[in-house]
Amino acid sequence: MTFRRGRRLTFTFEGSPLEAYEGETVAVALYAAGVSVLSWSSGLGRPRGLFCMIGKCSSCFMVVNGVPNVKTCREPVREGLAVERQRGWVPPADAAELGEVETRELETDLLVVGGGPAGLSAALEAAQQGLDVLVVDEHLRLGGQLLKQTHKFFGSVELFGGLRGFQIAGEYLKKLESNGRVRVLTQSAVYGAFRGGLVGVVGRDAHYVVKPRAVVGTPGASERYLDFANNDLPGVVGAGGVQTVMNELGVKPGERALVVGSGNVGLIISYQLLQAGVAVEAVVEILPEVGGWFVHAAKVRRYGIPILLRHTLKAVYGTEKVEEAEVVEVDEGFNPVPGSEKRFKVDLVLLAVGLEPDARLFAQCGAVMRWSPDLGGLVPLRTPGLETSVRNLYVAGDASGIEEATTAIIEGRVAALSAVSKLTEGSRAGRAAEEAERLNRFLWEEYRASPLLARARRGKQSVTVSEEEMEKVRALSPPPVSFG
Amino acid sequence: MRREVTVVCRCNDVTREDILKAIEMGIDDFELLRKYLRLGFGPCQGRSCVMIAARIFARAKGKSVEEVLSNYRVRPPIVPVPAKYFARGLKP
Repeated sequence: MTFRRGRRLTFTFEGSPLEAYEGETVAVALYAAGVSVLSWSSGLGRPRGLFCMIGKCSSCFMVVNGVPNVKTCREPVREGLAVERQRGWVPPADAAELGEVETRELETDLLVVGGGPAGLSAALEAAQQGLDVLVVDEHLRLGGQLLKQTHKFFGSVELFGGLRGFQIAGEYLKKLESNGRVRVLTQSAVYGAFRGGLVGVVGRDAHYVVKPRAVVGTPGASERYLDFANNDLPGVVGAGGVQTVMNELGVKPGERALVVGSGNVGLIISYQLLQAGVAVEAVVEILPEVGGWFVHAAKVRRYGIPILLRHTLKAVYGTEKVEEAEVVEVDEGFNPVPGSEKRFKVDLVLLAVGLEPDARLFAQCGAVMRWSPDLGGLVPLRTPGLETSVRNLYVAGDASGIEEATTAIIEGRVAALSAVSKLTEGSRAGRAAEEAERLNRFLWEEYRASPLLARARRGKQSVTVSEEEMEKVRALSPPPVSFG
Repeated sequence: MRREVTVVCRCNDVTREDILKAIEMGIDDFELLRKYLRLGFGPCQGRSCVMIAARIFARAKGKSVEEVLSNYRVRPPIVPVPAKYFARGLKP
């Protein structure tokens, strides 16, 4: 694999010049330069570094050109940018210095919130069916977590088998660009939905008020965090965050690593770390068995990485970043076994203990939510066509319950087709409804029939209700917001 | 050497100890706990902490996580918004 880098440029960190490449984010440029402390926390003055790297947490906030609370994992590095560590909450500059932001009103048939696999496929499907589409995404470029997926996908050609994640994103982008019906706002985020079906967007250079006829919410998921002593120390990073640093931007994330969690993410990241020249000391798993697929576990074992079953992370130690990690064995009731502690000299601790659906958009709209441990957390109740209890608000991808990229792509299409069937009339509506049903049959009866997806299938079944049942739910819990 | 703490809410530096202490003081409702500790009220809007806190609270109170989260509310803005986006009219 090769990484294409942009032109070299210079910015300043705490007054000293640093070199970076165009196209990198501030957070990655600093990480590549060996800066681990990005801020000092608000109450306890603790050092903080990168954690999620996908714009979900608040760990990478810094002062950029005098503006506090800038999410540096989403901020492109630019020539002459002045970046400083943030010390606690810094008050914003006074109103006169803030400047004014223009508000623009936009109308669209379909608003897609998030440009990952589910969002891209929803946008393309809807546009091909003749809807005007607006895609809003926080990152510098569309693709979501596909951008850091360097492994090849399994499955048929129709499902992108044989392609790597970032190549799939590339295919979608090409098709979306050549379709005149899709508008894209990158470095932009939906901050809320309001009465009258209006959606507020913080754009890169403007404030947008969008009036969509339907919304497909594909905000994805965030890395699950764990509670152990000193869990906020720089060097404790989400596995996905490390993948971003390593696979999307080509920066070596550390020297010696400990991986917590033996699911597919933990196993895949372990050998990706080895490929990047990072020594993996061990993979720690609290359960008595490996969580991920056999094929991935075998690969990790072949490289000689020990997988410590029935172990958990007790603490990490270090002054400004992780220097040591302490692991302890657990008994059947998951209680630590005294005297079984082991210490590892590592500078990187990866948390790969699962993902949590990003439920904020749906919960804020007043959608009826369900708690599903099988799906990773709180998710909106939905119909088979993926409509939530908020009329014309659909959910797809990891936000609908943690699964994987291929199902996210299919769900994106199902949601888009359901929207098309409601927003159009006549034969087009009928064909869209039929196609959504065909995809759903394939998804539920073939693709999810795999034992590897049994848990997600069970979870998704438990949060899917018929159209008639959903009408009853709507009558009992009328949502404050509706679209269309 | 810094004190060893387990941080639950990174934005507002709420620790596991803070949560257990609040429960001991008699706080028996999760939304009340969140308001009391400003847990999840920071810029990430609870994306890292709410689920951990809900689990800690559920375990301590012998409730299910679903029950604990039953009256969980999310209010806009759901992402941090620079003040200038809303600052029209504030100019002197």
